[in-house]
Amino acid sequence: MLARLEQLSQEAQAALGAAADLEALNELKVRMLGRKGDITLLLRGLKNLGPDERAIVGKRANEVKARLEELIQLRAAELQSSLLEKRLTEESIDVTLPGLPLPRGSRHPLTRINEEIVQIFTGMGFSVAEGPEIELDYYNFEALNVPKDHSARDMQDSFYIDEDVLLRTHTSPVQVRTMEKMAPRLPVKIVVPGKVYRKDDDATHSPMFQQVEGLLIDRHITFADLKGTLMLFAQEMFGYNVRVRFRPSFFPFTEPSAEMDISCVMCGGSGCRVCSHTGWLEILGSGMVHPNVLAYGGYDPEKVTGFAFGMGVERIAMLKYGINDLRLFFDNDQRFLRQF
Amino acid sequence: MGVSLNWLKQYVDIEEKPEVLAHRLSMAGILVEGLEDIGGDMIMDLDLTPNRGDCLGMINLAREVSALTGKPVKIPEVNLYENAERIEDYIAVEIQDPDLCPRYAARVVKNCSVKPSPRWMQEALSNAGIRPINNIVDVTNYVMLETNQPLHAFDYRLLGENPRIVVRRAREGEPFTTLDEVARILDSNMLVITDGNRPVALAGIMGGMNTEINEDTRDVLLESANFLGTNIRKTAQKLAMRSESSMRFEKSLDINGVIYAVNRAAQLLQELADGEVVWGICDCYPQKAAPVEILLRPDRVNHLLGTDLSTEDIKGYMNRLGLPYDERDGHLVVHAPSYRVDLTIEADLVEEVARLYGYDNIPSSLPRDASRGGLDACQQFRRQATAVMARYLNEVINYSFINPTAFDHIMLPADSHLRRTVNIANPLSEEQSVMRTLLLPGLLKSLSTNLARRNLNLALFETGKVFYPGDDKLPQENFKLGAIVCGRSESNWLKYDVEMDYFYLKGVAEILLQELGCVQTSFRAEGVPGYHPGRTALLSCKGEDIGVLGELHPAVLEAYNIKERACALELDLDKIYSLSARRIEARAIPRFPAVERDLAVLLEKSIAVSQTVQVIREAASSLLEKVHLFDVYAGEQVPKGFKSLAFRLTFQAYDRTLTDAEVNAEMDAIRGSVQEKLEAQLR
Repeated sequence: MLARLEQLSQEAQAALGAAADLEALNELKVRMLGRKGDITLLLRGLKNLGPDERAIVGKRANEVKARLEELIQLRAAELQSSLLEKRLTEESIDVTLPGLPLPRGSRHPLTRINEEIVQIFTGMGFSVAEGPEIELDYYNFEALNVPKDHSARDMQDSFYIDEDVLLRTHTSPVQVRTMEKMAPRLPVKIVVPGKVYRKDDDATHSPMFQQVEGLLIDRHITFADLKGTLMLFAQEMFGYNVRVRFRPSFFPFTEPSAEMDISCVMCGGSGCRVCSHTGWLEILGSGMVHPNVLAYGGYDPEKVTGFAFGMGVERIAMLKYGINDLRLFFDNDQRFLRQF
Repeated sequence: MGVSLNWLKQYVDIEEKPEVLAHRLSMAGILVEGLEDIGGDMIMDLDLTPNRGDCLGMINLAREVSALTGKPVKIPEVNLYENAERIEDYIAVEIQDPDLCPRYAARVVKNCSVKPSPRWMQEALSNAGIRPINNIVDVTNYVMLETNQPLHAFDYRLLGENPRIVVRRAREGEPFTTLDEVARILDSNMLVITDGNRPVALAGIMGGMNTEINEDTRDVLLESANFLGTNIRKTAQKLAMRSESSMRFEKSLDINGVIYAVNRAAQLLQELADGEVVWGICDCYPQKAAPVEILLRPDRVNHLLGTDLSTEDIKGYMNRLGLPYDERDGHLVVHAPSYRVDLTIEADLVEEVARLYGYDNIPSSLPRDASRGGLDACQQFRRQATAVMARYLNEVINYSFINPTAFDHIMLPADSHLRRTVNIANPLSEEQSVMRTLLLPGLLKSLSTNLARRNLNLALFETGKVFYPGDDKLPQENFKLGAIVCGRSESNWLKYDVEMDYFYLKGVAEILLQELGCVQTSFRAEGVPGYHPGRTALLSCKGEDIGVLGELHPAVLEAYNIKERACALELDLDKIYSLSARRIEARAIPRFPAVERDLAVLLEKSIAVSQTVQVIREAASSLLEKVHLFDVYAGEQVPKGFKSLAFRLTFQAYDRTLTDAEVNAEMDAIRGSVQEKLEAQLR
């Protein structure tokens, strides 16, 4: 009986290797270990043996049975994994096919730059203030120390609605409007993004464009603070390698006034067409708030000081994105817009 | 303005290389935009700020150089040999309008010989862009370039018998022919110089033909005057005749400079035209200008600049600038020279200190305050609106002014309040003459431009202000959002592209409104001018209209040369902001299973889905969680004039598992209600 057991075991192991799929394997399992399987039947014959022999054969039979079960399981796993492998191979796709083009829009480049500028200053504790785009002559000029008949009021430069009302030519009127609202509280610390209008329309001028204005008034604001704040801005905007310089300039509403240049972002300062071979780019105007403007805003120029600055969003966007034609911003061609 | 370096060296020694000098001037506020070598002379191209018009004069520019280099200024000495005659016997001056002419000085130089001026003078003028004419005229221009004081030379004999210079406002309609041979009609705001009878010069701008220096001129009357800059500017503008002279007067001039200039010119006529200078100056100066004294506090300088300069440092800068001062209680009292008309207050002097010290030498620091900064709720709201739209559509920016014909193009009724516009008095053109009252015209224009360029599938949006005239001085400004779509979404091999139609744009609108916290927006069919009468909805929230969504009317599209169908969305962002609930309240996920049931109904076509959903909801209890429409069908097997709707209804209790009986009761009620209220057939 033992011999028969060994024979069955060998037979089964041989068939195991030959089982090509799970079905054949299952058949083998039934044939050997099923209710009427060869090994099962053999085991049933144990009861006819004497106690000693029964113990020996029984032990061996159980060993064979356990071993076979184990082998069948292993073979089943093997077959399953090759089956999965086969399926996965068949299922392969061309991963280079384009993905589903979900709708994708874009912010206008000027919106992007506007938000970026505002972000930098709000990070430094500036609040955002806004004002009307159609403005009183008083706020646009007079309260900014631009007296009547000053050349900045030329009809050529401004769009007028009537004698006292015009499309604001800069975001600066919000300076005095905010001061009036805030006085005498301190600090007044705002940036003012917005559209402005000038009567100019050629390759380098648009009748509508965007500015961001800044104003900080407090008890001890110095020109050094102006420099530090604007240097930090330039670095955040154009990278930490950018160099800046300040030159005296003139604005009716600041004194002293300064123009800030940055090292040319195109050539790094060695001189190119963009910077007219000077290595420098004019980027913003600034200065210490003129005492008259502080007074118009309701603050005592002897008690507080402040700085103000203003920059053109278009210019910064052109430098940041390498755009060489101002008109692209208002042309609204989808092929341009989709790049942002 | 071009400045010859060789000429400048006559007034101050310059040891620096031209490039170095140019850089130092630029960094001190006198911007040198370019340097050009012309025949061995370096010409500096200056771009002066409006406050430093004084540097249009060589001597004043030399003062700047001197302040930077420490080399003294060399002002040409004037030595006149005046004859024994008296100026009073030749000329008298009367200023009738001293508000426009505070000072007028005249000299007479006799027996001049008119000829070309010497080569050096001609070259000096040419380099500065002024055409040489003859020695007399050239001298006046040369002295103007040197001193910044414009001069005029009259042919004395042409001024008539016993001439008397009278400075007065022109008479309304008074004719006058200027040197450029143009006959002009003057008005009473313009200032003229007369010889007692007739105008002989347009003050500060140009002389007259009638007294022009000519070959036969022998005796010359030199005018050196001070005129009110704003008036000169207005006149020059009105007559469109800006001259070297008017350009200088516009910026205000040194009222005390007139005497030196007239003497210097007389001296040059003496030298270059063999002229004989009549003794004396006829100087009419009725109201002497008060000297300008400015208090300069050293601690104030440091307080404004963030520097640590000593009083001695500051005095040093004043000395270098040639600004005299007294010391009083530890402060300086600076006597601003009359040629520095830009110096009027302490801050002006602080800038003088700063620019000589060097802006780049001022330290930099960051302000210390406790401001939190950031965007307020409304600003964040608007930024969010842009961000959501920019996920799906391309943002455009259009001008705020539009063509008034746009209102006809978009079919606005004649009495529409949107036709009441804020108008620009001096527009660039009629096409940009009124402020927009809605964003649609700009969007249509953008769409049309793109289509013309074969960009066929378009989804564009814009946010911005519109303007309504109101009762106040300033118009009302409202923040709007507009969008326009046309064509299909991007085509692809997966065949998932869709028509960008009403429902596409509605999908975007729904996401936008949800993200903006404007929940429960209802869309109701409504005719809106400019839109397709059967494909347009008014949007409302909490009973208030917030915008319109619809397909555009074919006539509108045609007006913009658009052949395709297009849909537009217009939203009132200000109103949506006021209505939006910016609080999100989260709800727990139900622990008990939901039950789904389908409901298919056959209804008359005219019954809106929103109405059907409302009937379903009203019939059910709060157990009905969700009503999802998953099929709309009208075609075969559906009678004409009817449609079939299929809903998936989700029932959910939060405290128990629902029983079949409960859900059945709900479904029975719903079925009964749609049958009864909508005359629907169940399928």
